[in-house]
Amino acid sequence: MVAAAVLALVLFAFYLSWRATRLDRLHHRVETARAALDAALLRRGSAVLDLVAADGLPPEHARALADAATAARRAPEAERELAESALSRALRAAVDPLDAPRELHDHLAEVVSEARRVHLARTFHNDAVADTRRARRSRLVRALRLAGTAPLPDFFEIDDEPPAAPPPPAGSDTL
Amino acid sequence: MTVGMRVGLVCPYAWDVPGGVQQHVGDLADALTGMGHEVSVLAPVGSADTDLPDHVVPAGRPVPVPYNGSVARVSFGPRTAARVRRWIDEGSFDVLHVHEPSAPSVSLLSCWAADGPMVATFHTSNPRSRAMAAGSGALRSAMEKINARVAVSEAARRTLVEHLGGDAVLIPNGVAVRRFARADPLPGWPGDGGSLAFLGRLDEPRKGLATLLAAFALLAPERPGLRVLVAGPGDPGPALEEVPADLRDRVVLLGRLDDADKARAYHSADVFCAPNLGGESFGIVLTEAMSAGAAIVASDIPAFAAVLNGGAAGELFRTGDPVHLAEQAGALLDDPVRRAELGAAARRAVRAYDWETVAAEIVRVYETVLMRGGTPATGVRLDTGPRATALLRRGVG
Repeated sequence: MVAAAVLALVLFAFYLSWRATRLDRLHHRVETARAALDAALLRRGSAVLDLVAADGLPPEHARALADAATAARRAPEAERELAESALSRALRAAVDPLDAPRELHDHLAEVVSEARRVHLARTFHNDAVADTRRARRSRLVRALRLAGTAPLPDFFEIDDEPPAAPPPPAGSDTL
Repeated sequence: MTVGMRVGLVCPYAWDVPGGVQQHVGDLADALTGMGHEVSVLAPVGSADTDLPDHVVPAGRPVPVPYNGSVARVSFGPRTAARVRRWIDEGSFDVLHVHEPSAPSVSLLSCWAADGPMVATFHTSNPRSRAMAAGSGALRSAMEKINARVAVSEAARRTLVEHLGGDAVLIPNGVAVRRFARADPLPGWPGDGGSLAFLGRLDEPRKGLATLLAAFALLAPERPGLRVLVAGPGDPGPALEEVPADLRDRVVLLGRLDDADKARAYHSADVFCAPNLGGESFGIVLTEAMSAGAAIVASDIPAFAAVLNGGAAGELFRTGDPVHLAEQAGALLDDPVRRAELGAAARRAVRAYDWETVAAEIVRVYETVLMRGGTPATGVRLDTGPRATALLRRGVG
């Protein structure tokens, strides 16, 4: 009788440890995804500023892009989503209708590539947040406080639609 | 760009049985290898004397089980699990890329066994089976480890979002250019009198078979040997009415073709026609014909004009205009030199849609997963199981 109770207790402890390990891993996944997202946003900002500095965009677009990129970089946490969305929109407005001069091709390709990376990183981040938030809704997790003091992660909601890819450099004259 | 990543690909279905997922994994492995990455593929293998490529590691003998509405040949069980663990342990991969991770095979075993950067690609869009499977805690514990989810189609993405929650990025299949690049013409084709070809559903008006047959009716009286090869499922009845009765025996209906015959069909005519009226987002048939180096006449809908480089890789005619199509096709039938030029141009242009391009996007996913804001990624390790310290890790209470 006692042995059975002890066994049940050991099994339950093992189960709790498994649940806690999963939860720990989820929080870790959110943290690395967030770090990747921050890095991707920074790289996009730098690529945009490089494009502006390369000189060749219409001046009104260049100014709008530089302003949006700077604002996104300096935005306080609470306003980052709006500022990054504004940068996405400014980027599409500047790049999509652009008949790019040849010397801008590399910079443009770089910006489009970094914008795609932002989309990937944001999707993976929000995916991780969704998994973690669902796991933390479980009754067992809440009752036994398996998540400890880790804060509930938040989604990062922005407009991250990248601009259209520039045409491939070779043979693009025929388009 | 990151070069020389070590990538572990996991394919859940028997390698020696043809299938879409196997094909995808094989094409991806080739493309990644071509880009300078090191690839190892883990997959069940049926017979011991199968001729395996060097990078494929057999995970055990597959057994047929009903899965997703058909019979899948998968490997499961303790012996397979041991092989999976050894493969992960010895592989020292930078990233593990599991295909169809919820399939009860080496895919799911890999998710359980590994810890570290993990990417998963979802192929199926079968809502029911996954609904049942996703409920269990054991399956969820495997899915939770995946850092990046990729879906090959919008339908696959919807299925996974509905049943697992979260989100996935969409990266479509590439065009396997080399699979269509070389094939013998079907027996009796292209023939001496000239020939046109069409592939696609016959009874879907948007595919434009009626336009092509109307153009054929204009060309045929002056060209007594001219024939049309028509391949695809569906009822040709309504479209055939465009052709006067005495010309109908020169319209050759082949019905639905298997993959090998499809590749041959692209090589079977002098001129390949894509007369679609619209609605094609991409035009897989067109890119396959381009892979075969066919001389193409296509309608000038925006998607086709873009794929054909505005007419440099194939002639464009005014959408839905059989007279213009007849003109263009007739000119091409009379000019073998121009046909060869267009075929070569098509082969060059289709490279943008080749697996290599798609694989570059997949590599971008790997890089995103490995990008950790400065701290170097640790690579894929064996999962050490529940850690008692995890209870304390985030400070209980």
